[in-house]
Amino acid sequence: MPNDNILLEVNNLKKYYPIYKGIFRRINAYVKAVDGFNLFIKEGETLGLVGESGCGKTTAGRTILRLIEPTEGVILFRPKERVDGMEKCQEINVATASNKQMKDLRRNMQIIYQDPYSSLDSRMTIESIIGEPLLVHGVSKAKEREEQVRDLLIEVGMDPDYMNRYPHEFSGGQRQRIAIARVLALRPQLIIADEPVSALDVSIKAQILNLLKSLQSEFNLTYLFISHDLAVVRHICDRVAVMYLGKIVELASTNELFDNLKHPYTEALMSAIPVPDPNYRVKRILLEGDVPSPVNPPPGCNFHPRCRYAKEICKTEVPIYQDLNNKHFVTCHFAGTLSLKPVQRR
Amino acid sequence: MSTLLEVRDLKTYFYTKLGVVRAVDGISFTVGAGKTIGIVGESGCGKSVTALSIMGLIRPPGKIAGGEVLYHHNGKIIDLLKLDPQGKQMRSIRGNEIAMIFQEPMTSMNPVFTIGTQIMESIILHQHLNKHEAREKAIEMLHKVGIPLPEQRVDEYPHQLSGGMLQRSMIAMALSCHPSLLIADEPTTALDVTIQAQVLDLIMNLRNELNTSIIIITHDLGIVAGLVDEVIVMYLGRAIEKSNVRNVFHDPKHPYTQGLMDSVPSITESGQKLRFIDGVVPHLLDVPPGCGFEPRCSKAMEICKKSAPLLKEMTPDHWVACWLYQEG
Repeated sequence: MPNDNILLEVNNLKKYYPIYKGIFRRINAYVKAVDGFNLFIKEGETLGLVGESGCGKTTAGRTILRLIEPTEGVILFRPKERVDGMEKCQEINVATASNKQMKDLRRNMQIIYQDPYSSLDSRMTIESIIGEPLLVHGVSKAKEREEQVRDLLIEVGMDPDYMNRYPHEFSGGQRQRIAIARVLALRPQLIIADEPVSALDVSIKAQILNLLKSLQSEFNLTYLFISHDLAVVRHICDRVAVMYLGKIVELASTNELFDNLKHPYTEALMSAIPVPDPNYRVKRILLEGDVPSPVNPPPGCNFHPRCRYAKEICKTEVPIYQDLNNKHFVTCHFAGTLSLKPVQRR
Repeated sequence: MSTLLEVRDLKTYFYTKLGVVRAVDGISFTVGAGKTIGIVGESGCGKSVTALSIMGLIRPPGKIAGGEVLYHHNGKIIDLLKLDPQGKQMRSIRGNEIAMIFQEPMTSMNPVFTIGTQIMESIILHQHLNKHEAREKAIEMLHKVGIPLPEQRVDEYPHQLSGGMLQRSMIAMALSCHPSLLIADEPTTALDVTIQAQVLDLIMNLRNELNTSIIIITHDLGIVAGLVDEVIVMYLGRAIEKSNVRNVFHDPKHPYTQGLMDSVPSITESGQKLRFIDGVVPHLLDVPPGCGFEPRCSKAMEICKKSAPLLKEMTPDHWVACWLYQEG
């Protein structure tokens, strides 16, 4: 296979939610939550997906796992399987896979949720929470399972004697560790981490980020890391995609994106981040107003009403998603010509 | 510099069935006129309870167990803790002279009243204007905080506004009576970075324009660095380090502050492994007998287990509570 180290490839993914109106419940309009989304993730890599709330990053993540049915598009997933000592690679389109195929696929693609307070069932013990995926997929018998749960707890840095406790007995950071252990139970290849550290305190956040990194190198995991925190993304990701109103506006390797950004939205997003240093003073680029509604996105370039460089063409023509050079993708009419300010180094 | 508010040895305890929770256990600080103070700490360290204690908003089982909150007002000094929280005098200060912005704009606004009605309520109460004048004033305030079409927005309900706009309305409400002190409890935590930048910019501009003193409570060190004059770092209900913003960020003394600074991923450099603080914040019912940070501290000594260090001035204007710098 030509690109055998690409684990996931998403082409033109769309998710539209209809809005009904009137007594006949006629479809009146669509919320274009994800609107033409292209990316690929290599095996063992961490791809960051950033954007403001409502830009569609969570929807995109869940559609890739088909927790939400996509409206349109192709999601190619290439898990590796060991058959008789040989590594075999198969290619499946997640968007059209049958239920039976999906069940097998789910062993290879898992998700970590944002809020460990609501993602763990409060009536289940830690053992049954972590053991549940093993049970559902018929991986192991009860005796064996207990041993596996024990190992998983050790892997995420927790005391295995906590097995019989309930989630309310743990702090936020510990709960997130439990959630990670559950995700790891089936040894997946792709993990979608949907804001895994946003609900945690600063000192705990660093612990969990380090854990995710060391698990990645240990088990050769591939992450799609969804976040709104660019500092965290810079720290953990190899490449970063910036989303705005259901579309990717810029995608590049982490260093390239932070040092040589090409999209005005990325520039504004970067300059908005408060830097923990009293000597660091940048003139913030303040975006006017809020993210427009995805029901009725502006014509032309979605970003033009808030863009300081917008010209006539931006109001009428939709810019294309183009590769500038060395896999730096930008959706902007003036991608090559604007001189934008990267994040300044201290 | 004239003093506006002095908090002396404030203690707020919660008497629960399981025991006494010492949410705030002896904290002291001073807010100068026109100054901005930042209170930083992780969740459960008592920063919000400190704010609510100053405002007289502590409800049972919580109780102010000791200390003074001295408010300097027209040459008089009033101890806010001595006033009846529901009494006339406290009510004329709360909202009028000391105002507060809460963390979640969505839940702190009343969903069944329009934005205008809610802003007008405090204006009518404190400034004794009639309804028509109060409405004009509300529109003016909404305009000031940068809400487009304030004449229209004033009659809308909270669900019709976005998070950023609601937080702006909250700020408009808090500032409508020109308070001399504004307490902002995590004002931007629920907002996106670009909206956060707008709101912080707004708070800074209004501070410069109206010369309001601000106490800003947050867990985000980045916000503090760019905004405040003085920082108080709290851990388990106590202030463990207090100084001007430069000292705290460039020369932190307490091991907890140092750990906190190290564990923030930096936007300006892509680091490898983040350093972090081991363990978790102890439960408030089960606070270690000595220094609260001792079980997590890499530099802990024998004495740290036995008695808690006091906040002492190490170098001029740099206060630290740590045995590393004190004699036992």
